[in-house]
Amino acid sequence: MLFAKKLVAAIGAAVLALSAVSVQADTPKQGGTMIMSLGATPRHLNPAVQSGITTGAPGAQLFATPLRFDENWNPQPYLAKSWSVSDDGLSVTLNLVEHATFHDGVPITSKDVAFSIDTIKANHPFKTMFGAVEAVETPDEHTAVIRLSQPHPALLLALSSQLGSIIPEHIYGDGQDAKSHPRNSENVVGSGPFKLVEFVRDQHIILERYEDFFIEGRPYLDKLVMRIIKDPSARSLGRENGEIHLSAFESTPQDILHSKGVAHLTATDQGYAAIGPITWLAFNTKKEPTSDVRVRRAIAYAVDRNFLINAVMQGTSRPAYTGIHPDSIFHEPDVARYDLDIDKANAILDEAGYARGADDMRFSLTVDFGWPSAKPMAEYMKPQLKKIGIDVTVRTSAGFPAWAKTVSNWDFDMTVDVVFNWGDPVIGVHRTYLCNNAKKGVIWSNTQQYCNPEVDAVLAKAGQENDQQKRIALYSTAQKMIAEDVPIYFTDTVPYHTIYNHTKVGNPPSTIWGTCSPLDEVYLKD
Amino acid sequence: MPAAWQQAFLLYVQYFTVKDVMQFLLITLKRAGFGLVLLIAVLVLNFVLMHLAPGDVADTIAQDAGGLDAEVMAQIRKDYGLDLPLWHQMMKYFSGVARLDLGYSFYYNQPVTTLILEKVPATLLLVISAQIVSIFLGVMFGVIAARKPNGITSHFVTMLSLVGYAAPVFWTGIMLIILFASIVPIFPIGNMVDVSIEREGFAYIMDVLHHLVLPTIALSSIFLALYSRLARASMMDVLGSDYVRTAQAKGLSEFQVVFKHALRNALLPVVTTAGLVFSGIVSGAVLVESVFSWPGLGTLAIQAIIARDTPTILGILFFSSLVVVAANLVTDMVYRIIDPRIKTSEGSQV
Repeated sequence: MLFAKKLVAAIGAAVLALSAVSVQADTPKQGGTMIMSLGATPRHLNPAVQSGITTGAPGAQLFATPLRFDENWNPQPYLAKSWSVSDDGLSVTLNLVEHATFHDGVPITSKDVAFSIDTIKANHPFKTMFGAVEAVETPDEHTAVIRLSQPHPALLLALSSQLGSIIPEHIYGDGQDAKSHPRNSENVVGSGPFKLVEFVRDQHIILERYEDFFIEGRPYLDKLVMRIIKDPSARSLGRENGEIHLSAFESTPQDILHSKGVAHLTATDQGYAAIGPITWLAFNTKKEPTSDVRVRRAIAYAVDRNFLINAVMQGTSRPAYTGIHPDSIFHEPDVARYDLDIDKANAILDEAGYARGADDMRFSLTVDFGWPSAKPMAEYMKPQLKKIGIDVTVRTSAGFPAWAKTVSNWDFDMTVDVVFNWGDPVIGVHRTYLCNNAKKGVIWSNTQQYCNPEVDAVLAKAGQENDQQKRIALYSTAQKMIAEDVPIYFTDTVPYHTIYNHTKVGNPPSTIWGTCSPLDEVYLKD
Repeated sequence: MPAAWQQAFLLYVQYFTVKDVMQFLLITLKRAGFGLVLLIAVLVLNFVLMHLAPGDVADTIAQDAGGLDAEVMAQIRKDYGLDLPLWHQMMKYFSGVARLDLGYSFYYNQPVTTLILEKVPATLLLVISAQIVSIFLGVMFGVIAARKPNGITSHFVTMLSLVGYAAPVFWTGIMLIILFASIVPIFPIGNMVDVSIEREGFAYIMDVLHHLVLPTIALSSIFLALYSRLARASMMDVLGSDYVRTAQAKGLSEFQVVFKHALRNALLPVVTTAGLVFSGIVSGAVLVESVFSWPGLGTLAIQAIIARDTPTILGILFFSSLVVVAANLVTDMVYRIIDPRIKTSEGSQV
């Protein structure tokens, strides 16, 4: 055994020595163990019933999806070798690859696709993904026809990494509740490039190459280890001393900047276009005085997005002018931006009749924040809005749940918030603005209680428009309308970065889903 | 001819009367009763405190998911009984605990007992290692310091242990990582095993020990000062006593006097304290565990608190209060047995 290993190593070394001259640096290489770090433990590993990036990263390795997207938002074949949308947009046909199997060797058929979509529709927190699906027909083993009640352009994205995981019916179809199914964390039988070896909570997820993966020659890695390290400085040191090859979702400005000074590390914010995380200042549009659009505009003029980016985030984030991430094809940069203008802000408030009182203040407002990294931005509001005569009190919450409770019960004036786009605007953007989505007690619904029927109408139309160009135009209109009403002052992107050792990692994840997409193309250099 | 220990035992037993034994049993029962009341009080208090904080696990699940639909959120609250009135939830929980069922973790979807028992060995390993290291080093430091109380070594040892005591343990931990995992990379940054290579048997044990070194040093830094101060004080006390002077007069070597004669007696208060410190099994390790990603109870506790996973938090608190109550009861009873002077009469300390 040991001899065999040595022999293999010797032959490998010899082959390498021979080929070293001719081999290009970018030729992917088979083999090796890549160590990746995660900052949190997933609740479990089944993305069909659990949303979120922490489940998404291992989930996309364990479970394949019908489609995958490249870095330019183009759908690519994955489990479906081809697909077609009917002219009326009411049915989508998936033609599956024929030799794909689950990790236990059972073939993946259209029945599994139908079962997966049903399971996701019933259990996944994002109801808009498959809400329009009426039925999934399976005319033969390798064809699935998705019947829709209305045109649903977001469907293709909902069938991609992280969202549309194909799970085995012979495992999850046993009648147990899919959300708490024991096989979500143990003995996971997936359809993706890697199979589960071991998942130890708060420690690691060990994944191993699935030999019979349906894409020939992939994945390149033999093993993919995700170490769960919650302390950001420990992760940073681990990258520096070579223990960690790649870290996903790093967002601390200090760590990002630090890694840029380390010779063997590269930090990139590419690969977060679909997650689309945006930081913003939300207003309670139903409570005096933030119910007055002039007050909201004045505050928007007084807050300096550039200061937040350059000073607070130390240049690691990028400006966001709307609720659609700048890396999305639907982003419209040409909207009312409310660039810093204190005089204008004061003039607006004077004109609106909010006179300064004896203490030089017009009125007072509160600003909430729910997690430590949002604190600097919340605290910045106090001195900044004092310049326009608003007395701001910063309210600290006892952790996320307490903040969520306060904000989702509309008991706030302003709050710092971070909301994800989740790929298609129908999934992660509409929810923030639709009149009928102002649902008390539900965080990241329309907690601003913003309501503009015209915006609703445009969004509804955009959500059903199958022509990409027309759809882009509709979202452009919606973003401009929302910017005029300022229910939210958008500041910047959340600086999620993938930090990796470029002397070791080849083909770092760069698609729109980044580290939440299958890492079958990533390889280890020598 | 009975052996010496048998003679001693007979002598010892003779010291007690039947009445003493009865009283001992009575007091044990009484103490156990108090322990039980204390446990119930801890449970009630924790339960109420946990529910005083706004927000619940449904919010955390929403956070992890990046947003939840209203109906899903309502379903979660219904599934976990969070929509019931508080007293109803409390009765449900208590009737479970009475049947030794600590409930089901909302967040992890696993029985709380399983979660806790899974994490106990790692915490025990860390706490015991840290105790051994800190007792050993602490006593050594104490002895060195006691022999020349105003010498340079003594001051140096005192200073070192006090700095270790005063520095926040997470800071010590991070500094150790920077020093020994980055500047001089001889130890890993955290976790319990290196999962990139599969190891078995001896290699596996060595790997765990390798990962254990830094967290052990960090955790022992807090206890070190305590033990060295205790050892120093009691050693100085003992070194001044008559029997030590006799030993010195007999012409025994310094080593024999200090380690064979004096240290034995000087160790008593250290051992007592060690017993008490040990009962705080969770509290000491929480911060060290999170800095070093050590998979113990502390890491679980922090995660459960952040996630508002009430059953898990209550389970851990219940478990640790159980350990404290049991440790105190045992210490107390053992005292009464080994030191007959604490024979209880009416109105004595109970």
